[in-house]
Amino acid sequence: MSNIIVELKHVGKRYGDTQVLKDINIEIEQGKFYTLLGPSGSGKTTILRAIAGFLDVSEGEVLFDGKKINDVPANQRKVNTVFQDYALFPHLNVFDNVAFGLRLHRMSKETIQTKVTDALKMVRLQGYADREISELSGGQQQRVAIARAIVLEPQVLLLDEPLSALDAKLRKDMQYELRELQERLGITFLFVTHDQEEALALSDEIFVMNDGQVQQSGTPVDIYDEPVNHFVADFIGESNIIPGHMIKDFLVEFNGKQFECADAGMRPNEPVEVVLRPEDLDITAADAGKVNVEVDTQLFRGDYYEIVAYDQLQNEWLIHSTNPAKDGETVGLTFDPEDIHVMRLNESEEEFDARLETYEGD
Amino acid sequence: MKKSTTNVAFYTPYVMWLALFVIAPMVLIVYQSFFDISGHFTLANYQTYFQSGTYIMMTINSVWYAFLITFATLLISYPTAYLLHYAKHKQLWLLLIILPTWINLLLKAYAFIGIFSQDGGVNSFLGMFGIAPQQFLFTDFSFIFVAAYIEIPFMILPIFNAIEELPENLVNASQDLGAKGWQTFTKVVWPLTISGVKSGVQAVFIPSLSLFMLTRLIGGNRVITLGTAIEEHFLTTMNWGMGSTIGVVLIVAMFIIMFLTGERKKKGVRRHEA
Repeated sequence: MSNIIVELKHVGKRYGDTQVLKDINIEIEQGKFYTLLGPSGSGKTTILRAIAGFLDVSEGEVLFDGKKINDVPANQRKVNTVFQDYALFPHLNVFDNVAFGLRLHRMSKETIQTKVTDALKMVRLQGYADREISELSGGQQQRVAIARAIVLEPQVLLLDEPLSALDAKLRKDMQYELRELQERLGITFLFVTHDQEEALALSDEIFVMNDGQVQQSGTPVDIYDEPVNHFVADFIGESNIIPGHMIKDFLVEFNGKQFECADAGMRPNEPVEVVLRPEDLDITAADAGKVNVEVDTQLFRGDYYEIVAYDQLQNEWLIHSTNPAKDGETVGLTFDPEDIHVMRLNESEEEFDARLETYEGD
Repeated sequence: MKKSTTNVAFYTPYVMWLALFVIAPMVLIVYQSFFDISGHFTLANYQTYFQSGTYIMMTINSVWYAFLITFATLLISYPTAYLLHYAKHKQLWLLLIILPTWINLLLKAYAFIGIFSQDGGVNSFLGMFGIAPQQFLFTDFSFIFVAAYIEIPFMILPIFNAIEELPENLVNASQDLGAKGWQTFTKVVWPLTISGVKSGVQAVFIPSLSLFMLTRLIGGNRVITLGTAIEEHFLTTMNWGMGSTIGVVLIVAMFIIMFLTGERKKKGVRRHEA
């Protein structure tokens, strides 16, 4: 495949005795929006820095456009970075910050003028060229940082938690703008975040990271609907994770009852974990549903009520409902077979994909 | 109310110190500069200063030597501070750099007389290679060398602090945008650490203007600076008026240096040079 622009092969990184990256294998295609998602310390920024050239990997290969770039210094790599703290040059004004890279490439004054003006227009900062960095708000500084990186027309733009310092409203706006910008420019974005909502909203493809490893990669829908393990299910969105047993294909037992489901390919009676998303659960009258639970507390979240309830075995159930429930009331919960997602314990992503192959597609 | 009285108690000692040992002496110097040797009010001291070529030459000489000392110090200190930033155990290295400042200036000057003398350490080292003893002491070279040696810690510290405060990400950003090592240095590191250089220059240049002990002990009185002249007027010729006048000139020079190296607020809107 020729449209793979960045590839990591068996990449590892060690600092003394601590292994911060373990056997990372990633392929990044041209023109897509990728996200590295994980909690802090999961190694996502380390991957970004390895691609940007700010650190040397301990093992494995970093490839750009098919060529190994492990030993290419950062200033010769055809990627640009938007830093978490923006890293704007405080002694230069907006124009000079954006023009920084262009001047290094010895372009004519007119070209620089045009390109900088275009880049500032792209991030909606026309008219700000003469401002000092200290005069800008956080959101505006963010845009300057993006303009400074995209003005060089890199094939890959690396974004290291660029929205984490912004307030919630501005963050939402910038998410739309980033996605739009990526589509307009058609360049590859590799975006690092710990915010799963942000990742789901923006990405074509997500790499979920934990503990220096890629736990799962796939489209936002795949990862949300079919998390490969407990970590991914827990980290992405809200979820109810209940221990159970796989009786046979398409039949799972939990809470002492058997339920029809859409999963297969496991050993009979294999211990598994069952994932039910809170928004897939519907409240009905007691005994009318598949499970009876007693409502404990609820929070009004604006667009829905978040209800915490317990079943007879004291498993906690999280339910999202548009209607409020009464505290202490016993209600029934219904869900469809497709809402149940069964996860094997310690199954790797490859094994998961292989198993899916065996029964899906018909 | 309570708070303001405690505040007064806190700043009173310092204000007293300031008044007695900074402001009062300066007022006295200015006052005395208007009296001649027999105690009559006069402007003659200033006339003498500006009309006699000797004093003007002496001033130019002082500024020139202070410049050489500052330049030599900066040349050594900046790379040292830069390397120090990346060194392991930097606190230890820093301590070793600060250590000599705890030793009395006079002791260090005498030590260098020993090192640079005809039968001193440097000449006996050169002697091992069959080089005849050289005259080091009482030369411009030895004067600037020793002065720079003494001033170096005062230059390294502010520069080191400025480099430490420079966010590592700015260096990364510069590389990321394609800058080579020296481009990152000239376009990012140097402009953002210039404040440290300025404080260093202030800390070195101003005291160097009035060095007099070293001019005598190491420079052998071949280098006559304003400091030497003041000492002569107060202790030898007893012309306190003239000494004070030179003192006033030095104070003015200090204010000029402070102004030139001080932080000026950047204008909000700057023209951009594409």
